[in-house]
Amino acid sequence: MLEQLLDALYAVVLGIGVCVLYFAGTNFMLEQIFPDTDGFSHSKDRWRRAIQPWLFLTPALVLLSVYLVYPVCETIRLSFFNFGGFDFVGLKNYIWAFENPEFLHAVLNNLLWLVFVPTLSVVFGLVVAVLADKVSWGTLAKSLIFMPMAISFVGASVIWKFVYDFRGPDADQIGSLNAFVMLLGGEPQAWITLPFWNNFFLMVILVWIQTGFAMVIFSAALRSIPEETLEAARIDGASEIQIFFKIMIPQIIGTILVVWTTITIIVLKIFDIVLAMTNGQWGTEVLANLMFDWMFRGGGDSGRGSVIALMIMIAVIPIMIWNIENFRKEEESR
Amino acid sequence: MEYRELPERRGVTMSPMKRKSFSFGRIINSMGLLILVLLWILPTIGLFVSSFRDKDQLALTGWWTALSTAERSEFRRTGIQEDQVERNGKYVIAGNLLEPGGKKIQTFSTNYRNLTAHEAGDTVKFKDSSLFTLQESGDYEWVSNVPFKHKRGKRIFYVAKVPPTFSLDNYREVLSSEGVGQSFINTLRVTIPATVIPIMIASFAAYAFAWMEFPWRRFLFVSVVGLLVVPLQMSLIPLLSMYNEIGNYFGVVAKSYPGIWLAHTGFGLPLAIYLLRNYMGSLPREIIESARIDGATHFQIFTRLVLPLSVPALASFCIFQFLWVWNDLLVALVFLGKQDNQIVLTSKLRELLGSRGDNWEILTSSAFISIIVPLIVFFTLQRYFVRGLVTGSVKA
Repeated sequence: MLEQLLDALYAVVLGIGVCVLYFAGTNFMLEQIFPDTDGFSHSKDRWRRAIQPWLFLTPALVLLSVYLVYPVCETIRLSFFNFGGFDFVGLKNYIWAFENPEFLHAVLNNLLWLVFVPTLSVVFGLVVAVLADKVSWGTLAKSLIFMPMAISFVGASVIWKFVYDFRGPDADQIGSLNAFVMLLGGEPQAWITLPFWNNFFLMVILVWIQTGFAMVIFSAALRSIPEETLEAARIDGASEIQIFFKIMIPQIIGTILVVWTTITIIVLKIFDIVLAMTNGQWGTEVLANLMFDWMFRGGGDSGRGSVIALMIMIAVIPIMIWNIENFRKEEESR
Repeated sequence: MEYRELPERRGVTMSPMKRKSFSFGRIINSMGLLILVLLWILPTIGLFVSSFRDKDQLALTGWWTALSTAERSEFRRTGIQEDQVERNGKYVIAGNLLEPGGKKIQTFSTNYRNLTAHEAGDTVKFKDSSLFTLQESGDYEWVSNVPFKHKRGKRIFYVAKVPPTFSLDNYREVLSSEGVGQSFINTLRVTIPATVIPIMIASFAAYAFAWMEFPWRRFLFVSVVGLLVVPLQMSLIPLLSMYNEIGNYFGVVAKSYPGIWLAHTGFGLPLAIYLLRNYMGSLPREIIESARIDGATHFQIFTRLVLPLSVPALASFCIFQFLWVWNDLLVALVFLGKQDNQIVLTSKLRELLGSRGDNWEILTSSAFISIIVPLIVFFTLQRYFVRGLVTGSVKA
C-alpha cells in the first residue's frame, strides 16, 4: 500500500512539476534573452511584450485545440464515414439511426427524462427552499438535502440499488422500498426490471441529486425578494400559498428557468446512472449510454457513435447558448 | 403623534390572530420539511449503517433492524479426546462453543431437526450416559465416567440470540482483497493533477486575456467561451482513436495517467478560463498599472499580485473541478484501463455492481469509501462548495 501511495505521489509531483517548470522556465528564458532594459532597448522590450502573452496562452490553446476543437470537427467528419472511419457513406449512419428501434427508444427515454427530472427537481427545490426559510433548523435541512450533490452518480446508483433491492416474492426484503410496499400490504417487486416504470426509478436518483442544486439557487433568489413586498401582501390578507404563487414565483421566474435549463443539459448527457443500474437493459437505454456502447460494440463503430454524439450536441447547444447568455447578464448586473 | 401610533396598534391587534394561524401553518411547514429531509437522507443512512453490519445479518434482514437482536441457528463441534482432562476420577471436556461477539444461546440439541430440545443451562444425558451441560454464554462441560475416545467433536446445534454487531470488517475486506484501497489511491492520482494543472494553465491564460495586449485577443476569448457548449461526448471517439494511434506509433500504452490528466485539463479549461478571466478582469486597474509603473514584469504581477487576489475564484473552481474529476466515470472509462493499477473508484464501484451485485457488504462499504472524500469536502468547505457548484453549473 505504501509503495503504491509513494508511486502515486511521485507521479502527481512529476505531473504538476512539469507544468510549473514550463511557466517558470519559459519566463526565465524570456527574461534572459530579452532582459528588462528599463526602456534603453526598445526593440527588446517590444519583442518581450509580443512574445509573453503567447507563452502564457500556448498550453491552454494547444490543449483546447487537441481536446475540443479537433475532436468536434473529427466527430462531424466521422459521422459520414463507415465503422472504421475509412469509407465515405454519406447519410447512411443518420438513416440507420432514425430507422433503428434501439436509437428511437433511447430518444424516447431521453424525452421522458427531459420532462420529469427538471420538473420534479425544480418543484422539490422550490418547496424545500420556501419551507426551510420558515423554520429554525432550515440551514440544517438545506445542508442535508444538498448533500447528494457531493455524491457521484455511481455512488448514488449503489445507494438506490440498495433501496430497490428485491429478494424474491417470499423472502424477507432488505430493500427499503419493498419493505415499505409490504408494510402497506403490497407485493414486493423487482423495480429495476419493471418495464417502462423502471425508467422512473432511475430518474428518482437524478432528482434526488439535483434537488439540492435547485434549492440552493432558489434559496438565494428568494432572499433577494424585498421583505416589504411580502409584508405588504400579508397585511393585505394574502395567504402563504397565494404569496408563493403570485409573488415569489413571478419574482424568481428568471432563476427558475436557469435552473431548469441547467438540469436539462445534465439530463441530456445522463450516462453514469443508466450504465451502473441497468446498462440500458429492460428498456432503459438513453442516448449517452447508447453512444458509449457503440464506441466499443463490435470493436467500435465510430460512424454510428459519432451520429449519436452529434444528436446529443445538437440538443444541448441551443440550451447552452441561452444559459451562458443568461449567466453573462447576471455577472454583469452584479 | 397619532400616525406614529397606528402601525403599532395595528401590530398589537393583528398579532394574536396572526400568531395563531401562523403556528398552525408552522407545524405543517415543519412536518412537510421533516418528511422531505427524511426521504432525502434515509437512502444514504441505510447505506452507511449497512456498511458496518455483519455480512450474514446484512443479507437476511433490513438495515432498519440493525439495532434489534436477531436469532440465528448454527452448530459447532465440541472438543475431542485430546481435550479431555481427568478430574476426581471423571473425564471432562470443557470449553466454549461461541466465538466472542456477545451471542447468547437460547436452546440447543444434538439433533438438527429439533433445535429447541433443551434450554440453555440444562444438563443432558447422552446415550453413553455422559452428562453435557451448555450455558447461555456458550461454556460447556461434558462429563463421563469412562475416557472419551472420539476423534471428531460432537455436533451441537443451537439457537442463539445475536446482539447487533457493528464492525469495520467489511471495510477491511474491500480495502485489501477487493482492491478498493488501490482504487482510492488511483483516484487521488487522477484527481490531484487533474485539478491543479487546469487551474494553473487556465489562470495564466485568463491573465493574458484580461491584462495583456496581443492580436486576436477578443476572437480567441470568444472562441474559448464558445467551446463551453461542446458536450464531452463529442470529443470521445476521435480522442480514443488518437490515443490508440499515438500508443501504437510510439510503442507505449495508450491508457496512462498523463493521458487522463490532459483530457480532464482540456475539458475543464473553457469554464476555468471563462470564470477566472471574468474575475481577474474585475480587479481594479489602478493596482495593476501602478505595479507596471514600479517596473514589475507581467510574470511578477501575475504571481505576486493577481494570483493572491483571485483566491476566491480559484478556490471555487478548484472545488468544482476536484469533485467533478473525483466523481467522473465516463472519462475514466475511456482514458484509463481496468487493471488494478489504473482503475478508479467510480469504475471499480461500477464493476462491483456487476460482479458482486448481491454482496451488499462489499457494495455498501465500497460506495461509502468512494463518497467519503466529497462528503468531507462538502461539510468542511460548504460555503466554497456551494459557490463552486453554482459557478460550475454551466459546464458542458
